[in-house]
Order: sequence, then C-alpha cells, then structure tokens
Amino acid sequence: MTGPEPVVAREPQGPTGEVEATLLTYLLRHADDNLVLSQRLGEWISNGPELEEDIALANVGIDFLGQARAIYTHAAEVEGAGRTEDDFAMLRPEREFTNCLLVEQPNGDFAQTMARQLFFDAYQLSLWEGLSRSQDATLAGIAAKAFKEARYHFRHSSMWVIRLGDGTEESHRRMQDGVDAMWRFTAELLTGDAVDALMVDQGIGVDPATFAAVWRSRIDDVFAAATLRVPDDPYQRMGGRTGFHTEHLGHLLSKLQWMQRTYPGLEW
Amino acid sequence: MGEATTTAADREAVRAVLRQVVDPEIPVLTIDDIGILRGVEFEGATVVVTITPTYSGCPAMDLIKDEVTAALHGAGHADVEIRTVFSPAWTTDWMSTEAKHKLNEYGIAPPQPAGAERTPVLCPRCAADTTHVVSEFGSTACKALLVCDACKEPFDYFKEI
Repeated sequence: MTGPEPVVAREPQGPTGEVEATLLTYLLRHADDNLVLSQRLGEWISNGPELEEDIALANVGIDFLGQARAIYTHAAEVEGAGRTEDDFAMLRPEREFTNCLLVEQPNGDFAQTMARQLFFDAYQLSLWEGLSRSQDATLAGIAAKAFKEARYHFRHSSMWVIRLGDGTEESHRRMQDGVDAMWRFTAELLTGDAVDALMVDQGIGVDPATFAAVWRSRIDDVFAAATLRVPDDPYQRMGGRTGFHTEHLGHLLSKLQWMQRTYPGLEW
Repeated sequence: MGEATTTAADREAVRAVLRQVVDPEIPVLTIDDIGILRGVEFEGATVVVTITPTYSGCPAMDLIKDEVTAALHGAGHADVEIRTVFSPAWTTDWMSTEAKHKLNEYGIAPPQPAGAERTPVLCPRCAADTTHVVSEFGSTACKALLVCDACKEPFDYFKEI
C-alpha cells in the first residue's frame, strides 16, 4: 500500500536539499512518537491507580515531552522556514503526523498502558543508543540524554509487566490482554523504510531492523519472568510513518490542538 | 562591557554572580553545584551563558533562564543570551562532594555514582541503610521516593544518571 509523500522541507536546495528534507522527516517522526505518547501518559494524571504511579507516568511523560521539544526545535532549524516547535506540535493535521501507531493507541487499563510502554521503551533503548553516535551532533546530544532516561523508563515498565503478569489471576489476564492488544503495532517500530536507509547512509540515523533481535530478546526476558506469552496472531498494522493513522490519533489531536483550532494564532 | 576585549576576570565576575542562582526546586543547591551552568563567554558586550538541562523535560529550565537573566541584569549586564546545550549529557557525577553534603543536610539523599549498581540508599535523617524504594519517580523527574524502615520517614533520593 502506498501512502502520501513524507513531509518534506518547503524549499529543498538541491542534493543537500534532499538530505535535509529527509532529515526533517526523520526528526519529525521521532518527535511525533514522543509527543503523542506524552499526551497519552498525561491522560493518567489524576486517574492513576495509585498516587505514586500518577506521578511516575507524569514524569515519564514529561521526559518524552522534553525530548520531543528538543527534536522539534532542531527540526525547525533544519527546515529553515521559520516554523517553531509549537507549529509542528499544534498546527499539523493528522495526515502530517508520522508517529508510529503504537503510541496513539488508547490507554485502556493500566496493564494495556504498561504493555504499550514496555514495547516502546525496549525500542527507544536501542534507538537512542544508536542515535547517540549520529553524525548530526544535535541529534546525538539529544539521544545521549534520552538514552539515560529510557533506562529508567524501561526499568519502570518491565517491572510492572512482571508484577502484573506474575500476579493474581485477574492481573495476569489483564496483562496478557494488554499484550495481545498492542502486539500488532510492534512490527512498525522495527521496520526500516527509505527514510531510514538514507539517514543510515549519511551516518545520521539507525535502521530499526538492526536491533529487532535485541528488542525481541528484551521482551522475551520480561515475558518469561511475567509468565506471559507472545501472541500467536501474525497480523501487524502499519502506516503511521506515512501518515495513515488509526482513528485514535484524530481524537487525541483534537484535544491537544484544541486551543489553536478554536482560537487560531492564540499566544500566551 | 562594551570593551574590545574581555578578560578572564570579567568572566569570573559573571560566574560569581551566577553561582548565586539557586535551583528553584532545591534551593540549597546553585545551578553551578548541580552542573546546569556550563559556560560563560562574552561576545562583544553580550554575556553568553550556556546551560544544560538535567532531564530532557525539566520544567524548571524556563525559570532558571529568567533567574539567570535577572541576576545578570542586576549586575549591570544589559545584553544577555542564554544557550541551552544537550551535549555532553548532564550527569549527577558532575555534582561536587560539597553539593552532595548540602543535599543530605537538606533532607534529600544525594546521588550515588552513575552507571554503577545502586547500593542501599542511606536515610538522610537517621543514616540507616535499611531503606526501600516506593517509586522511582518522585516529586520531580530527577528524584525517587524512598522510605526508611528504621525511622519510618519518607524521603527523596536524587537519582544517579
């Protein structure tokens, strides 16, 4: 299935223009991942199963938001068209967002949230470690910090998946249900495309397929301790990277972007 | 200020001003203690201060920028530019022994060495090593919440990173 063209810079300048245009696309997809998941985690604030988790999810979310802001700001510099981090976050419609489908899925119960989080954290550990060696110095700096934060995120989500999986009959059932619901969105994390390929060529990006095996072994280790099984269903859903989203992103963005949609140009 | 050349003494004078700027969440520590302040340079008459965030999403950074600007304006520098860098990545290892001592006195357990397996955190009130983690994410992103099994008091631990 083909999709719309990836988001490109407004004024490519020639051969280096193509690299910059692709870099912009590359940066935006990772910033979008973080922004969308940050928004999802924010939905738990005041709704957490216990006070400590209310705070924990908010803190993980704020790490994601800070990383997203730094990447959007860098993307704006790369694009050089005068846009800001706010423009990227608040003024792009759904088809221009290139986050992976996993992060836009609803929170569901706490177990589903932890399943989504585990899969994403295991992915970001490898992603940020690789990107900390990027030839793009700004991206490398952001990634080096994000990697350290991802270690705490992964510790948190894996601990919960183990506790819930190897818990009561109900917690185990909910945890397995959460895994089953989120599994179909994991292949997209670990599948490289033409954008990744060009970025790898330039020494800027990482091909996620190169760490698919590491990702899987992290998940297998957690599942073994959690007495959980990988779902049998081979069905995988993709499309986020080219702007084809599940229904959920529309609702999420309508809340995130509500102020600008209702009062265009509103400023503090 | 407005001179063709600035001296090391000028830069040191600015640093001395900035060493008075405290972390808004942990007022016993200055931004120098924590390692947020990374550099001071003059570009003509403009004072350029380089800072780095502790955690990517630290919400105190805007306030810290305001306080840095206010402090420098108060010291007579009209032109101030603040640059935020992410590299090298901030680490708790940059915190001085003195700063860690101040933290402990304040009631926050200071960070252990980054990259090493965490050993039992000592209670800042009674110094017992029988403490346990309630949550890795405490009142701020940089702190974890622990409880002392001896004196029963909860306390924050500045996470090693």
